[in-house]
Amino acid sequence: MKNESTMKILGVALVVCLVCAILVATTAVTLKPIQKQNQETDRLKNILSAGGLLTDEGQDLHLIYKQNIRAEIIDLEQGSPVPEADLPDGIQPDRFDIREIAGDATVTRPLAPDEDLAQIKQVPKYMVVYHVIRDSMVQKHIFPVYGKGLWSTMYGFIALAPDLRTIKAFTFYDHGETPGLGGEVDNPRWKKYWIDKLAFNASGELKIEVIKGQVDAESPEAAYQVDGLSGSTLTTRGVHNLVRFWLGEQGWGPYIRNLKQMNPAGQGDA
Amino acid sequence: MSKNKTILANPIFNENPIAFQILGICSALAVTSKLETSIVMSLAVTFVLAFSNLAVSLIRHHIPGSVRIIVEMTIIASLVIIADQIIKAFAYDISKQLSVYVGLIITNCIIMGRAEAFALKNPPVQSFLDGIGNGLGYTVILLSVGFVRELIGSGKLLGIPVLPLHTEGGWYVPNGLFLLPPSAFFLIGLIIWGLRTWKPDQIEEQ
Repeated sequence: MKNESTMKILGVALVVCLVCAILVATTAVTLKPIQKQNQETDRLKNILSAGGLLTDEGQDLHLIYKQNIRAEIIDLEQGSPVPEADLPDGIQPDRFDIREIAGDATVTRPLAPDEDLAQIKQVPKYMVVYHVIRDSMVQKHIFPVYGKGLWSTMYGFIALAPDLRTIKAFTFYDHGETPGLGGEVDNPRWKKYWIDKLAFNASGELKIEVIKGQVDAESPEAAYQVDGLSGSTLTTRGVHNLVRFWLGEQGWGPYIRNLKQMNPAGQGDA
Repeated sequence: MSKNKTILANPIFNENPIAFQILGICSALAVTSKLETSIVMSLAVTFVLAFSNLAVSLIRHHIPGSVRIIVEMTIIASLVIIADQIIKAFAYDISKQLSVYVGLIITNCIIMGRAEAFALKNPPVQSFLDGIGNGLGYTVILLSVGFVRELIGSGKLLGIPVLPLHTEGGWYVPNGLFLLPPSAFFLIGLIIWGLRTWKPDQIEEQ
């Protein structure tokens, strides 16, 4: 058969596509379990690093997690923990992955456009909170947050001190922002700006904001402000919105309020 | 035998894909801020290059001229996805750092360039060797650039501190410019200059 005949062209195209498809599919399916496990390890690592529990390389992450973290599922609207017996199928405190339930209508609630600051369309009814416990004292509360940046949904954790006002860490573990620009949200240098900023003022009003440019250290508002990333206005705005959303009434607000009422001095025990 | 040896060795210094053919510059700028990512990227490109050359050469008598490019692209894209999946499974942290650049190997001009210029006209074994050779040439440049950038930019090699940083009580003040992509431009420029001084026949005629 001549190489330029229509049959030959179609034939070659078909065979090449078929062989390539089989190769790609086989690789993807065989490697899936290993990749899943990597993601799980990565998630653990991020919880631990938000809790400031990650000091050396090569530690047993599962062990540190077990020793220091207590995970609890919270009903966001009620702002109260859900007993394990009442949890819907597939939701477990220690295996909770927001990426798996975000699209599931049975465990989420649709948001009106004017409520949807983080642009996530629906908010989960249940979220997990991680309490970092040392010597039977709560050291930090780690809250998962997520929202839209410029290109992608960004997933992260905010850790608050027991006073529930001071931010102790803010990290992103999954995003698809432009490397070098918006992707700098996971740059350690930028993450440092968040440490010891105040999320709420003394009367419990949500104050934290990401501003354009640098924070003026003299300003009375400086304790509530974080420098924006230069060159990534839209990603920065996304971060600002998702923090405001998740610490606000639609997100963790009710739970944080309840928690504060239980421990007015900010010193919780486990 | 000696012909195969030439095919393998030539692209390393004589016809280096980056320094002589000036292909694949983009990824050489993007992933060389650290030695570790440079190594993984080099391995991935060499793997894709060798096997795409082999595959294209195997079916070179059957590829119709009119769909030649798209057939090559399909083969290259499949190999890149396979490489990406393997990196995600066995070097997860590095895959997060390399982010989109592994996927962008598809558009790396070296691979398409070698398929077109060599694999379509030569038998499989030689094409495979040509792929490995060009991969090595790419590797040499990437590793040199990665080495210098990580050392000067952050005082480390493979993440291990080599020069004690002033922030940790040492004497070395890192040069942040070397962590930014433009520094790779300067370094590659210097390498090209060096190579052409050593081998003047690489200089284009004026």
